[in-house]
Amino acid sequence: MTRQSRLHIPVSSARPGERPDFSYLQVSPAGAVARPSIDAEAGSIQDLAHTLIRVLDETHHAVGPWDPALSADVLRSGLRYMLLTRLFDNRMLKSQRQGKISFYVQSTGEEAVAVAGTMALNTGDMLFPSYRQQGAFLVRGSSMVDLMCQLLSNTRDMCKGRQLPVCYFSVAGNIAAISANLATQFPQAVGWAMAAAIKSSDDVAVSWTGEGSTAEADFHQAVLFASVYRAPVILNVVNNQWAISTFQGFAGGECLSFAARGPGYGLASLRVDGNDFLAVHAATTWAAARARAGVGATLIELVTYRAGAHSTSDDPARYRPVDEHRSWPLGDPIERLKQHLMVLGEWSEDRHAKLTEELEADINAAWKEAVSYGTQSEGPRLNTDLMFDDVYKDLPPNLLLQRDQLRKMRS
Amino acid sequence: MPVKSYREAITETLRQEMRRDKRVILMGEDIVGGMGGSSGVFEAAGGTFGVTAGLAAEFGRNRVIDTSITESAIVGAAGGAALTGLRPVAELMFIDFIGVCLDQILNQQAKFRYMFGGRCTVPVTIRTLMGAGYGAGPQHSASLHGMLASIAGIKVVTPSNAYDAKGLLATAIRDDDPVIFCEHKFLYGESCEVPDGEYLIPFGEANVTREGNQVTIVAFSRMVLLANKVADKLAKEGISVEVIDPRTASPLDKDSILESVEKTGRLVVIDEGGPYCGMASEIASLAACEAFESLKAPVQKITPPHTPVPASAELEQEWIPSLAKIERAVRATLSANL
Ligand SMILES: Cc1ncc(C[n+]2csc(CCOP(=O)(O)OP(=O)(O)O)c2C)c(N)n1
Repeated sequence: MTRQSRLHIPVSSARPGERPDFSYLQVSPAGAVARPSIDAEAGSIQDLAHTLIRVLDETHHAVGPWDPALSADVLRSGLRYMLLTRLFDNRMLKSQRQGKISFYVQSTGEEAVAVAGTMALNTGDMLFPSYRQQGAFLVRGSSMVDLMCQLLSNTRDMCKGRQLPVCYFSVAGNIAAISANLATQFPQAVGWAMAAAIKSSDDVAVSWTGEGSTAEADFHQAVLFASVYRAPVILNVVNNQWAISTFQGFAGGECLSFAARGPGYGLASLRVDGNDFLAVHAATTWAAARARAGVGATLIELVTYRAGAHSTSDDPARYRPVDEHRSWPLGDPIERLKQHLMVLGEWSEDRHAKLTEELEADINAAWKEAVSYGTQSEGPRLNTDLMFDDVYKDLPPNLLLQRDQLRKMRS
Repeated sequence: MPVKSYREAITETLRQEMRRDKRVILMGEDIVGGMGGSSGVFEAAGGTFGVTAGLAAEFGRNRVIDTSITESAIVGAAGGAALTGLRPVAELMFIDFIGVCLDQILNQQAKFRYMFGGRCTVPVTIRTLMGAGYGAGPQHSASLHGMLASIAGIKVVTPSNAYDAKGLLATAIRDDDPVIFCEHKFLYGESCEVPDGEYLIPFGEANVTREGNQVTIVAFSRMVLLANKVADKLAKEGISVEVIDPRTASPLDKDSILESVEKTGRLVVIDEGGPYCGMASEIASLAACEAFESLKAPVQKITPPHTPVPASAELEQEWIPSLAKIERAVRATLSANL
């Protein structure tokens, strides 16, 4: 047989209509992975890039060295934020289908990533999320009305009608504006962290990107900078298996984990069950302590599954089995935390149903208020002059002139 | 003659060129669009706007290559593959992402031939989507054909209708220099008569879409549609407007534009690119430099303002040049006298 070069084209494990197959996923039992000290040498803990840090076991108990031992109040708060995120997503999806908003991105199935990650940080830590970490905004106290007004591009839109829906920011919550272009946040987070170190502040920067986006050069360059300068930064890769219609193999996930990219650059790297609230919390806490202690940056891969569509512009039934999410080996983050609280005797189906009702009422009230500030077709209108503001600090003469010309056209 | 949409014309041309020449390969994000069910259609999505749907089924995944999300590698690898003699057609999902891969264009493909002593060809085509009107906001809606046309060594194509899209894309793929093929998102659904057979439209040859003798409009890409509408409306009042679609921003058919301006003495330029250092300025400067004596009125430039593209429909609709704005400019030109 002659040997010759050939092109390898990654193939997803199951096509539409076929049986879901997650046999490729390497899963460690809960509690099995050791927790090193926060100042361990990156080179000495390389195995953590390949194993899977998990805390919640099959019987819903917290086990092993990564158990963050959170109080029942904190756990309930986590459950509340994850549930709020999911219900908020459901409601906004409905609003998009009704034509009230033009575009939406849900985070269904991966709520623990943003909620546990943000809850494990200090409020002064700066967040650089992607479009799928809306949970971070809810945890950091953004009002739902504010988020909805951004989605509606109405008179109270924080982005003044100029940015794509879901590209929120929060000044009070220390969350940088979301970019519609991928991976750009990674180098920015590293730069923010370098500045924090230069100023000897205690704050860390945290960013999230999808596994698909790790293919961009920005990812690699950011990881390199984070490693070279030992910047106080946490770089999260949210491996939800899919990048629109492209499965994670195309981003290099067929060979090694995404966390495994870190050690090559000299970075401490953890691979974590992203649907395990406790594991995400614990890993983030470890990385933040390491950053604050001056030891350096951490790359964290959060293994999860995008249970919904990529956005309101695609139909996943065309590229993966429709019921694939039901076979996902790491379950659902909300259900898992709920079951854990129940085995602790700190939660019940009754309380869960009541909380759901209460949150839905809050969301409906917020929506009612948000639409009163205008929708695409009704209510108060945006001042279209806004397109000229903030291009520069001061409006230069050419823009003044163009603004006046448009005003004249209007009248 | 069969009527086809801009989208269908582009898909058909890709298929036709791939059948004709084994060296033509496609690369881009989501262009296969996942793997459709084991029965029925092989692939599903076929890119954001479905342009490449059905091609992997016919040509295989070695020639229709889904890529990682890395525009610099997509465009860079297309350049490398082109040096071996392949004719890669790389897709850049939105022209805004040119920011991520500009070095491979600006400093590499545009200069390969120059740097390699003329001993290589660079038959790369970069298909990309541009244009506002979808509420996609400042990072997904730009029209950057003017900026790209300023780069020596590449060619920039801006088809305004399905017929041109087919003939120009075939020319682009067969061209031995790098070509950036700018598809306007808002034109995909526009249809016209398109022959089933092969044909080529040469670069640098403008299309006169309306003949007239009182005023010349030069428009690019989707703006040609608006210019035609205004011309038709004014024709009913007896105003004779000539509309010129240069079809390629680089090379530019100066002769056709100058000839028309010499005839009408009045020029309106419409472009969705910016008012500053773009195609509108280029055409205006062409008239000022080379047809000054023919001009009977100041040249009018109709472009969006010098701002990013806003997302909300209200702002965006005001941002895009409108029929009303174009009509006003044409009337202003007609009533002005130097
Ligand atoms: C620079 C750039 N390239 C391409 C895109 C188009 N795009 C938007 S989202 C997306 C998929 C991202 O997948 P992933 O990083 O896995 O994140 P996920 O959406 O799964 O959370 C693509 C290709 C973009 N927005 N920016």
